[in-house]
Amino acid sequence: MKNNILSRLMMRIPLGILLFLSLGCERDLEDLSPVSTPTNPEVFINSFSPGLIYAAFGGSVLTAFQVDNDVTYNNISTASMRFEVPDAGDPRGAYAGGTFFLESGRDLSGYDVLTFWAKGSQAANIDVVGFGNDLGALEYVTTITGLPVTTNWKKYYIPLPDPSRLTNERGMFFYSEGPENGRGYTFWIDEVKFEKLGTVAHPQFAILNGEDQMETSFVGVNKTITGLSSIFNLPDGTNQVVNVTPAYFEFTSSNPAVATVSSTGLVSVVGGPGTAKITATVGGVTVQGSLTIQSVGNFQPAPIPTRAASRVISIFSDTYPNVPVNYYNGYWQPWQTTVSNDFTVAGNSVLNYTIFNFVGIEFSSPTVNANAMTHLHMDVFIPGSVAPGRELRVIVVDFGPDGGFQGGDDTRHSTTFTAPTLVSGSWISIDIPFANMPNLTRRGNLAQIILEGGDGGSIYADNIYFYN
Amino acid sequence: MSMYHKIGTPGLLGIALLAFALSGCQPDEVQKLDDRSWQLTWSDEFNEPAGTAPNAANWTYDLGNGQNGWGNQELQSYTNSPNNIATDGEGNMVITAIRSGNSFTSARIKTQGLFTQQYGRFEARLKTPYGPGIWPAFWMLGESVATEGWPLCGEIDIMELRGQQPHLINGTIHGPGYSGGNPITKVFALTNARFDTDYHLFAVEWDADKIDFFVDDFLYQRIERGDVPGEWVYDQPFFMIFNIAVGGNYVGFPTDGTPFPQRMIIDYVRVYKAG
Repeated sequence: MKNNILSRLMMRIPLGILLFLSLGCERDLEDLSPVSTPTNPEVFINSFSPGLIYAAFGGSVLTAFQVDNDVTYNNISTASMRFEVPDAGDPRGAYAGGTFFLESGRDLSGYDVLTFWAKGSQAANIDVVGFGNDLGALEYVTTITGLPVTTNWKKYYIPLPDPSRLTNERGMFFYSEGPENGRGYTFWIDEVKFEKLGTVAHPQFAILNGEDQMETSFVGVNKTITGLSSIFNLPDGTNQVVNVTPAYFEFTSSNPAVATVSSTGLVSVVGGPGTAKITATVGGVTVQGSLTIQSVGNFQPAPIPTRAASRVISIFSDTYPNVPVNYYNGYWQPWQTTVSNDFTVAGNSVLNYTIFNFVGIEFSSPTVNANAMTHLHMDVFIPGSVAPGRELRVIVVDFGPDGGFQGGDDTRHSTTFTAPTLVSGSWISIDIPFANMPNLTRRGNLAQIILEGGDGGSIYADNIYFYN
Repeated sequence: MSMYHKIGTPGLLGIALLAFALSGCQPDEVQKLDDRSWQLTWSDEFNEPAGTAPNAANWTYDLGNGQNGWGNQELQSYTNSPNNIATDGEGNMVITAIRSGNSFTSARIKTQGLFTQQYGRFEARLKTPYGPGIWPAFWMLGESVATEGWPLCGEIDIMELRGQQPHLINGTIHGPGYSGGNPITKVFALTNARFDTDYHLFAVEWDADKIDFFVDDFLYQRIERGDVPGEWVYDQPFFMIFNIAVGGNYVGFPTDGTPFPQRMIIDYVRVYKAG
């Protein structure tokens, strides 16, 4: 449920978004005059700040938000924001969620944190609170997820990841919260304002989860930088994870002739051979993590299959429709090291197994009846060197009449390839007749192809199919 | 930072905050201090290459868990490992508090037996660590601690900080009749800043009549001989101590939200006598 709400929020499905201006909150429409102070820090103190509009998210309880004059922060303020989270199954909506935004933006660059006070009718974790949701581009959406509230008023902080970016921000505050263990409750938020505290410290930003990654790649490969995160130390000395968007990050390529990177973190390999290191900063602060692209230049695609589709059962190719495949990498534990870094060049998808020791591909739902087929075909490419004695073992597994793993009726055959078949830097076409797989006693319920014999390097695979 | 704090006073923090609220902290305020002429008598600039242990001519260690967590239920075990105490190669001595599961290591260095001085100016420029349950201190004990014990020896806390309030430090003295949870103390707060993000200069200027407490050369507390409710025990040489404690009565215990490792980064320590 929570994920659904989040994804719904982030996909900003406009369906059903309803503006209900001042529904239940007694404001003069005169309050909606143009913003006279574009740096106004106040969002909700005792009432809406001038120009603020509330819109409930689609699928939420539209009346979840109300202005409350009874329960207010320390009973000092005259009004708070009250949010009624529905029970699961409430016909009015599945959750409470909405955004407080402006028609025209404010300059928030003089502040470093959005603060507010909050409490709940019970202890709960609010799915998401943040700012930057203007129901538009959502460029600078900044959130805290799982905000823990208790039945006591407490002050909360949402650091501004890079205030200098926020010179014209319309999304002042938004929230989304579903039932807790199926039950609804109420929470209150008050004294919402941007502040310049100077006591939010030690920002730590990361791309690629802070890892320095290296990838062999080709001209034409695109890859989006993921794993963006930020952590701030709050005035109480504790760390707070803040969810950020790529727009806060300044991406740089050390060698744009090899790889470029867009403002949204999309890396495009444009040249080579050569190396380009993609790094980032946020507001001048160095970001942990990097991506080093080792471009080998133009990609040499695998030979395009020419067999008639009617004579092929395809597991992985762009030429034929593939049968349902459970996975192209089972991440079988505990001994598998292989990870997938599949890529697409000019519309041609390639399986890329890195840190390869062994890997399993499974297509057991349903299993494949290859009784009419005579061969297995696959193309593999070893970009690194092929050491003397290197083996590649191709194992085909049949799950037997029971159609399931084990059960006493599984059979398999392993075929070993060595040099000179195995070469470096060229596609290796492998064709294995079923007639040469004596240990595979049946092929009516083929379910797995396993590759073994990796040396910890990379291997690409393409055009995996059975044919006759 | 006392050896044997027995702070059970739940209201202490509130009192400290109240004191701050009443006194305010106005670093921009112009202070008219007596002209002083200090002569450097001792210093450590920590300019050795990275990974150097504290100069054995200047510093010795307190090691281990102490008795009853150094009298304060502190959690850390002090070591002299370079993981916990070493120069950073950039002109600083760094004390590092490390969490390993539910145990903690840190370091506590002192000039006991190597350098003591009666009266003068004692200063250190440093960045504090931070986080709930982190308790860094720059403090002094009278050298008679070995014979007379605490609090008779006297204790001067030039700087101590609770990591959950990284914008506040306290300057404190403990003596007979005013120790543990009942010392003479005052809080100093930064406005819109924290002690762990930039270097600050912490100092006391001490003579036969008084002890003045400074942050960045702003005098925020003067304790005169007549101000203490017990005996004035500050007429003997004192030695200096730097440490990061983890947990304990003064600061409370680290939480899951406490970032580790934590570092106290000491740029220099200098001691002067009146010229």
